[in-house]
Amino acid sequence: MRDLVIVLTQKELKARYKHMKLGYLWSLGNPLAYGLIYWLVFKFVMKVKIEGFPLFLVSGLFPWQWFVNSIGVSANTFVGNASLIKKVNFPRNLLSLVVSTQDLIHFLAALPIIFGFMLIYQKPFSPLLLVGVPALAMIQLLYTYSLGLIVSTVNIFFRDAERLIGIFITFLFYLTPIVYNLDMVPEEFRKYVILNPLAPLILNWRGLFLEGNLNGSWLILSMGYGLAFFLMGQWIYKKLSWRFAEVL
Amino acid sequence: MAICGGSVNKVAIEFKAVSKEYPLYSHLAGGLKGFIFNFPRSLKGITRERFTALKDISFSIHQGETVAFMGRNGAGKSTTLGLMAGVLKPSSGQVMISGRVSPLLELGGGFHSDLTGRENIRLNGVLLGLTRKQVEAREAEIIEFSELGEFIDQPIRMYSSGMLSRLGFSVVAHLEPEILLIDEILAVGDIQFQEKCKKKIQEFKKNGVTIILVSHSIGDVRALCDRVIWIENHIVRNDGPTSEVLPQYEQFFS
Ligand SMILES: Nc1ncnc2c1ncn2[C@@H]1O[C@H](COP(=O)(O)OP(=O)(O)O)[C@@H](O)[C@H]1O
Ligand SMILES: [Mg+2]
Repeated sequence: MRDLVIVLTQKELKARYKHMKLGYLWSLGNPLAYGLIYWLVFKFVMKVKIEGFPLFLVSGLFPWQWFVNSIGVSANTFVGNASLIKKVNFPRNLLSLVVSTQDLIHFLAALPIIFGFMLIYQKPFSPLLLVGVPALAMIQLLYTYSLGLIVSTVNIFFRDAERLIGIFITFLFYLTPIVYNLDMVPEEFRKYVILNPLAPLILNWRGLFLEGNLNGSWLILSMGYGLAFFLMGQWIYKKLSWRFAEVL
Repeated sequence: MAICGGSVNKVAIEFKAVSKEYPLYSHLAGGLKGFIFNFPRSLKGITRERFTALKDISFSIHQGETVAFMGRNGAGKSTTLGLMAGVLKPSSGQVMISGRVSPLLELGGGFHSDLTGRENIRLNGVLLGLTRKQVEAREAEIIEFSELGEFIDQPIRMYSSGMLSRLGFSVVAHLEPEILLIDEILAVGDIQFQEKCKKKIQEFKKNGVTIILVSHSIGDVRALCDRVIWIENHIVRNDGPTSEVLPQYEQFFS
């Protein structure tokens, strides 16, 4: 089983990036490029006043990038492995696990960039990082694995799901406090922002990097969302996985 | 039913009243959008419209038997092999398998077109349940058997169908399967490689591997198989020793 995971991971990396180093550079370059654009637009055009804005952006954009990468790629997880699925019986959700774990690793490998920004803006390295990063990373893995599993399963049956998800993701980006702060949202709407499952997670990531603290109720809320996604994903997968080979 | 290899052998594959229906997936062609906009009709499509690929099929195959599945295109042979490989589930009835099943060897083989032949070998091996070490130990042998030479490090997207079959057969043949499923691939390679495969199959027979072969070649079936299961119109039309079933099959189609 361990060897199967290793070989599948190698295969996914190869299929996605053709080259591992390029994949890593991509996972760094993409959020940095977006960071630069948002910084230019929001700082100089819209004159947003947030102290240490580049660090603020980067600490939300990197987790976001991980999320989007995982979900975007997962549309292809099963469809792209059709010949494998049609020939051999193995736990198909391993493929989803492999895909989401890869993006986790890319995220962890990109952490030094965030730390670099923390140094530039003279933010202290709180010991809470040692607990907070693994905890939030695990919760986010639960999100990406589960939602990825759902997306990849649905995309087998409805090939246009991929495009709908693309549109949905764009909405989600602006509904999540990434380029803005929760304080900037009018008071009466703040409680609705938290209804977006990504919000408590991203807010905690940013709180962790900027202030070295974790919000307990957001943490529990995101765990709850993660667990709900997981149960939903496993249920859909269980119901439909044996039909994969028929439809592909 | 005469069983070659003696009745002491255990049952490797057993089908008990197996039926397989496919929903007509045509209502999915319109995508999610189409599905939702025609919801009542889509739902009816999923639940009502079905296509029967296999109807109430029963047989048992013992360890070490070499069995040919014959019949027209669309009769249900590949579906039968898919059920054996465990990638399909029967709609009713029971499929019982004991032993390590090889990945289905079918046309357009290979697992991922971006991977090289060598990487496909590794993936194939671990999917069969071997460790990476075990696969690596056999790699040289596999590559030699496949005669793919330097193409082994090219992505398999560049392979011809004959080369894909070479790769597929070579891998599976060297990874000690207990049950081998071969769906029409013997016919694509060049004659020289076909002969080599047949020799390998003979070798497997001696070692007690259970071999399931889908083929339209009377000659191959006569040379390799002890038993023929003839599927016609989604049911078993005839099942027995090659010497009995093959002449009837030939006569029917001449
Ligand atoms: N995935 C599928 N979805 C719907 N129908 C299928 C599917 N696979 C096969 N069929 C149908 O089932 C029947 C049997 O197919 P198959 O087992 O591939 O036949 P054979 O291998 O004997 O040519 C065919 O009529 C085919 O159209
Ligand atoms: Mg067929």
